[in-house]
Amino acid sequence: MIVNLSRRGLLGGVAAGGLVLGIGLPRGEAQQAGFGADGMPNGWRDDPRLFIAIAEDGIVTVTCHRQEMGQGVRTSIPMVVAEELEADWAKVRVTQAPGDEARFGNQDTDGSRSLRHFFMPMRRAGAAARTMLEAAAAKQWGVPVAEVRAANHQVLHERSGRSVGYGALARAAADMPVPDRAAVRLKDPANFRLIGKEGTELLDNRDITTGRAIYGIDARVEGMLHAVVARPPVFGGKVTSFDAADAMKVPGVLKVVAIDPPSIPSEFQPLGGVAVIARNTWAAMQGRDKLKISWDDGPHAVYSSDTYRAQLQEAARKPGKVVRTAGDVDRAMAGAAKRVEAEYYIPHLAQTPLEPPAALVRIVDGRCEAWACTQAPQATRTRLAERLKMPEDKVTVHVTLLGGGFGRKSKPDFVLEAGLCSQAMDGAPVKVTWTREDDLHHGYYHTVSVERIEAGLDAAGKPVAWLHRSVAPTIGSIFVPDPKHELPFELGMGLVNTPFAVPNIRIENPEAQAHARIGWFRAVSNIPHAFAIQSFVAELAHAAGKDPKDYLLELIGAPRVVDPTTLGDAWNHGEDPKRYPIDTGRLRRVVEAAADGIGWGRAMPAGSGLGIAGHYSFVSYVAAAVEVKMGNRGELSFPRVDIAIDCGPQVNPERIRSQMEGAVVMGTGLALSAEISFRDGRVEQNNFDAYELTRIDSAPREIRVHLLASRDYNQPLGGVGEPGLPPIAPAIANAIFAASGKRIRQLPIRDQLTT
Amino acid sequence: MTTLTINGTERRFEGDPDMPLLWFLRDELGLTGTKFGCGQALCGACTVHVDGNAVRACQTPVSAIDGAKVTTIEGLAADGNHPVQVAWRTLNVSQCGYCQTGQIMQAASLLKDIPDPSDDDIDTAMSGNLCRCGTYPRIRAAIKQAAKGGRP
Repeated sequence: MIVNLSRRGLLGGVAAGGLVLGIGLPRGEAQQAGFGADGMPNGWRDDPRLFIAIAEDGIVTVTCHRQEMGQGVRTSIPMVVAEELEADWAKVRVTQAPGDEARFGNQDTDGSRSLRHFFMPMRRAGAAARTMLEAAAAKQWGVPVAEVRAANHQVLHERSGRSVGYGALARAAADMPVPDRAAVRLKDPANFRLIGKEGTELLDNRDITTGRAIYGIDARVEGMLHAVVARPPVFGGKVTSFDAADAMKVPGVLKVVAIDPPSIPSEFQPLGGVAVIARNTWAAMQGRDKLKISWDDGPHAVYSSDTYRAQLQEAARKPGKVVRTAGDVDRAMAGAAKRVEAEYYIPHLAQTPLEPPAALVRIVDGRCEAWACTQAPQATRTRLAERLKMPEDKVTVHVTLLGGGFGRKSKPDFVLEAGLCSQAMDGAPVKVTWTREDDLHHGYYHTVSVERIEAGLDAAGKPVAWLHRSVAPTIGSIFVPDPKHELPFELGMGLVNTPFAVPNIRIENPEAQAHARIGWFRAVSNIPHAFAIQSFVAELAHAAGKDPKDYLLELIGAPRVVDPTTLGDAWNHGEDPKRYPIDTGRLRRVVEAAADGIGWGRAMPAGSGLGIAGHYSFVSYVAAAVEVKMGNRGELSFPRVDIAIDCGPQVNPERIRSQMEGAVVMGTGLALSAEISFRDGRVEQNNFDAYELTRIDSAPREIRVHLLASRDYNQPLGGVGEPGLPPIAPAIANAIFAASGKRIRQLPIRDQLTT
Repeated sequence: MTTLTINGTERRFEGDPDMPLLWFLRDELGLTGTKFGCGQALCGACTVHVDGNAVRACQTPVSAIDGAKVTTIEGLAADGNHPVQVAWRTLNVSQCGYCQTGQIMQAASLLKDIPDPSDDDIDTAMSGNLCRCGTYPRIRAAIKQAAKGGRP
């Protein structure tokens, strides 16, 4: 239970830290034990032998223990290693580690953490391997190691003019002792050739563009069978009876097998139902259509989004559990010159990675092998072993590329289904494929929330009191029975830790009950919190008769460094609050950069407007400024978005740009059209015709990314994969208000503006 | 029985005549570069060329195209260097990459029909291809680059 609870740091300080090479904290990481990578299950490793192989032809293969889902980690981690290794980038390859955290350290790829946590360990691994190559060359030449140095894939002895390539040294270097961590010499960042530089081509580029890249759904082994699963239409439902006779008549269908329903809380267990195993995917799907199943829907058949929304609103209008308080809100509110209040609704969302969940499992001679597009390979391995009742050391999880993840593939329920199907076929390899309908109907949904904010303004229009009630079912509901409140990591996603300069603040979290599986969705609770807060700031600016950007900067206040624990955020994205305080000066700078980029304040034609929002998440600072153009019938287009990020020192600027571009596009879709709704416990959207994502013709036409680069690599890195998303929807809503005077308080916008 | 020429090789299919080309390619022939995304021709991940035209393999029964010439991403260019593929790599278009084979097949079809497409042409041709990662700005730029013979 403890392991699964801590996937995203639900329980802080569960795990031990780095374990392999010596003890004590390495240089350059002045963080307290228990934070950062140290605070994650199984910590970190920096042993070069785990991550770096050099062949006699000189090819360097870097083992990537973080999963690739589009963020570029299979290029960026090798860049870090190659930098310190002084490797020629043209001779660097990447291979993927299997799920094995005892060897590799934490592998959960979520929380925008890969480079934040593994930049320094990977630098040390690369530098240690370089040291071993230098030692091998010095020994071969019989010269002091201090006289040799590595550069561009070879070791040089300048005094004698000799040089030897890495390939020729590989065998001897492997016999050199791994240097003590304290003795490893890291490069001066002024000499970086790869880190922080533009123009690195993705290592997987050729495979992806030629169709050779292998995702979970593409895994193939000899004799492979295919399965799809009919799952309970309502979460928590069960099969009462089924008739497989017609399904078995479909040519190619081999077996129909029941999957037990999960115990509650269901965590990563399969939902249960009936699996159809066939010779190909089409036959399995045809067979599933022919199943006759009676379901017991269970208690969540009551779940309908319309009535649930009313419940959330009712809860938000009454006092709830206080999660942060400062000053005296009630007194300040009573004495305010003006009071403003607004209520926002943000619906469930589905991650819908374009590759739906899919996995292949076989069991041969007591050994289980899985091929899976998983963000959490160790959890996949552990849960697979438990469910199949096999020792964990007999279970191997090969990680494929992920065709998108966005949090969905942190949950290995689909891999367990494949394991159960293989077991039902005496260990034959079975691939389970989820259809898009399966993905939309049986997901781990982004929470649904009502955010209600009330502010009291003084005579000058400045807020003196701020009361925010956030009501949303918690992700904790998949881990513990029936929790009613957001957990610290959800509260710490932009609810309690928004660092506004307001003297009297109270933040409350009234109760909400979950009726569906709630799960991580890129940026998680930052989405509703940022939408409400950043929309409300613009509403206050309007009430005060001030420019929204100036007003936002005024609320952020003067540049200062804030200890997040003083804001009631004990979580701080798992990071040491001393090493990662909130720096309001950095938040101001991204707001200013986005505003400057879009030309804030310029005269806009009728029907056009600019909106802005800035948000701190995943220990990075992001602001977006949106230009919106509204047609006569309320139709929207986005000529330009400027997005600015300060994520501290940068490893791969090109991939940071691409993450920001992608966040803008995804944010546009969740603002305009994406919604998962329930009726009688069932999801109402079946496919991409009803769950509408941004398409090329509805995406912002021009996206300009402003990277506020830090050249100080002693500073800690911030997250990149997620923090771009939260400011997009409020910036769009604020631009719509500027263009039309219409205030959006409910997502998605869909037809709210059409007349 | 249905006979198709797939990437220049003749292939026979004797299964369920309703089986979509997608599953014949992926499950029977192992050509997994053609992707499954929705099964309803809503996302474009399964785009291939049938007799030179971009079609959605998930909604094309094998029996409906008897005798056709099918080109998949694996057969777009023998060396993997079709101008669209080159542009895609030069601009690092891909994020997760899953939709990109379908995007590339659609873009190659567009450029065959309209060698120098306008933004509106690109919107029209590419709006059936979803990218959840949001690579559209680079897809647009890569199509324009490929149209200019790969020059940036």
